[in-house]
Amino acid sequence: MKRIFSGSGLEEILEKVLGGDRLTVDDGVRLYESRHLTLVGCLANIVRERINGNRAFYIYNQHINYSNICGNECRFCAFFRKGEADGGFRMSVDEVAGKVKERLGEPIRELHIVGGCDPDLPYSYYLEMLAAIREIRPDVHIQAFTAVEIAHLAGISGQTVEDTLIDLREAGLGSLPGGGAELFSSRIRNDLCASKLSPEGWLETAETAHRLGIRSNATMLYGHVETARERAEHLVRLRESQDRTGGFLAFIPLSFHPANTQLDFLEAPTGVDDLKNIAVARLLLDNFDHIKAFWIMIGKKLAQISLSFGADDMDGTVIEEKITHMAGARTDQVFPVDELRRYIVEAGREPVERDTLYNLFPGTGAAEKAAHAEQDHR
Amino acid sequence: MLNRIIDKAAAGERLERSEIGFLFTDTPLAVLGSLAHKARLASADPARVTYVKDRNINYTNICVSGCRFCAFYRSKGEEGAYVIERDDLHRKIEEARELGATQILLQGGLHPDLRLDFYTAMLENIGQSFPDIHIHAFSPPEIDHIARIEGLSPEAIIRALRNAGLDSIPGGGAEVLTPDSRTRLSPNKCTTKTWLDVMETAHGLGLKTSATMMFGHGETIEERVDHLLAIRSLQERTGGFTAFIPWSFQPGNTVLKERRESGGHDYLRTVAASRLALDNVANIQASWVTQGDRVAQTALFFGCNDFGSTMIEENVVAAAGVTFRLSGNEIERLIRAAGFRPAQRNQAYEILEDLSR
Repeated sequence: MKRIFSGSGLEEILEKVLGGDRLTVDDGVRLYESRHLTLVGCLANIVRERINGNRAFYIYNQHINYSNICGNECRFCAFFRKGEADGGFRMSVDEVAGKVKERLGEPIRELHIVGGCDPDLPYSYYLEMLAAIREIRPDVHIQAFTAVEIAHLAGISGQTVEDTLIDLREAGLGSLPGGGAELFSSRIRNDLCASKLSPEGWLETAETAHRLGIRSNATMLYGHVETARERAEHLVRLRESQDRTGGFLAFIPLSFHPANTQLDFLEAPTGVDDLKNIAVARLLLDNFDHIKAFWIMIGKKLAQISLSFGADDMDGTVIEEKITHMAGARTDQVFPVDELRRYIVEAGREPVERDTLYNLFPGTGAAEKAAHAEQDHR
Repeated sequence: MLNRIIDKAAAGERLERSEIGFLFTDTPLAVLGSLAHKARLASADPARVTYVKDRNINYTNICVSGCRFCAFYRSKGEEGAYVIERDDLHRKIEEARELGATQILLQGGLHPDLRLDFYTAMLENIGQSFPDIHIHAFSPPEIDHIARIEGLSPEAIIRALRNAGLDSIPGGGAEVLTPDSRTRLSPNKCTTKTWLDVMETAHGLGLKTSATMMFGHGETIEERVDHLLAIRSLQERTGGFTAFIPWSFQPGNTVLKERRESGGHDYLRTVAASRLALDNVANIQASWVTQGDRVAQTALFFGCNDFGSTMIEENVVAAAGVTFRLSGNEIERLIRAAGFRPAQRNQAYEILEDLSR
């Protein structure tokens, strides 16, 4: 193994990785800037197999985007609208409940619910939404509201973040998705999303949730105007936060899609960027158990390849994803379970179904059979 | 075994059958890519990735071969069946030239009635109207088919086509070059031996050709290795292959539509194993038309040094429901973003324009 690294400039990092030593921001920059994509992949694969062996996880989930009306106006977003007149949509609690009822026959383990910071939705809406879903599907884990939405809800409820989270948990909230972290550099936030919850606010909200026992994910939006150093610094800030709380479940690198955004003049990140981001995240985030390949953004084939570049999780079966597709993504919206498992097996990995909190359902195949039956009915 | 392969790759020694098989089945993907990339940096310009501006033109979709993997063909008289008119053909070439194309890829089905004079007239007409356009045309099954219709040898057909203006021959119709896989998929198409013989004959007559492999339709890894060895062995005798182009079977709208398409993992390991096995083929092409831009770009680190062509129009893969589109500018952007310098080439892999901006 060592021989294939000779002359690559990555020999020192290889030594650190083999020794289990923590990498620095400078190491991260060197990895991002390395022209040896597959060697970076080899390094990430060492860590990936050390933490997760040969397993690759997936979840049977459903995405619901309840509103795209948002006051933040982030320049990288194609999803938001200023109001209904502007083409925005807002689902009533009944409509959200309807979406959940539509798929009652499927073995869904997680509802993934994200929306804009809608100025006209009252606090009660969110509590009612959670309660309605819990009534329909009491066994399904609700992963809802990014730290940005949580801070917004605290604002409209006039309570602290902590009390808000306690309310939401009471109503049925299980965990928080990782969105809204974007890129922590203040240079970039001022330029792209000045009105959005600050990096400090994002981390504080996540850590508050973790201290209450509410787990969350973490993300990074890459491929717009950031530098390699800004990416590495973002990852190290997440690592420091994870050192404090241990509450992050997974890290999900998010590949920027410029179409239909105010940044549509930028060139989109490419497959090489996508694999690099997965691999470097795996290497820097030594205290995160899971790195997720979000196939909605990078496509199924590259997500499969990323299982050899540090990723251990293929995310979910997802149906009806709006945020990335409104930004021009041409990827599919559905990954049927049997196809997802086949992709994992083809990559030489062992598919393991999980729930949101990484409780595993190895080898049961029950969910797959039920899903199959459901698909045959349609 | 992996250590031995690493040693051999470092020393530039030829890999054996069992070692090529091991690349497919037991080598971690990123390690395999690293080895293939090293081989690619050594055998093709390490700073540069090439592509060609061309247009795919299918002169007919009428075909008697009935291959089970094909969504493109029609029977004679069936709705949608066509033979291209001269005006349409020339309009397509004119459009392509306006977009900067330097060549056309001209291929079609195995039409039951068209005679040699149809093909030679088509070539001569193109040559008269577009003397500077390179004509890359007629894969071995087409040449074999015309030879049968005329009762002549493939050599006589190739000579006639060359005299009429044929410049080079595409490597299509190889699928997987083993008797079993052809019996299963395309029993009416020329045999493995004929495919190789046609190529050897063409090389002997001074025509360069490419070679392809369409994988992922139920063949074994052994069969893929057989295919690579067959190409390597012929190349050893003639040196006539300019490039090798592997791609995965696209099952949509075919008789085999229940079969699932190979994923990106299978594609990259096949590309990388091809680079390492085919130590005597200079160029390995990425197939963006079947893999999409993200995976095709990644293939530049798994042994590929060429991004194929702009195609402008692609009908065969599109008929299977797959529609990726890339312009010359987009191809150049992907090459640059991967850290290479794009260069426009011709069919002989000579650089026409080095785009080192």
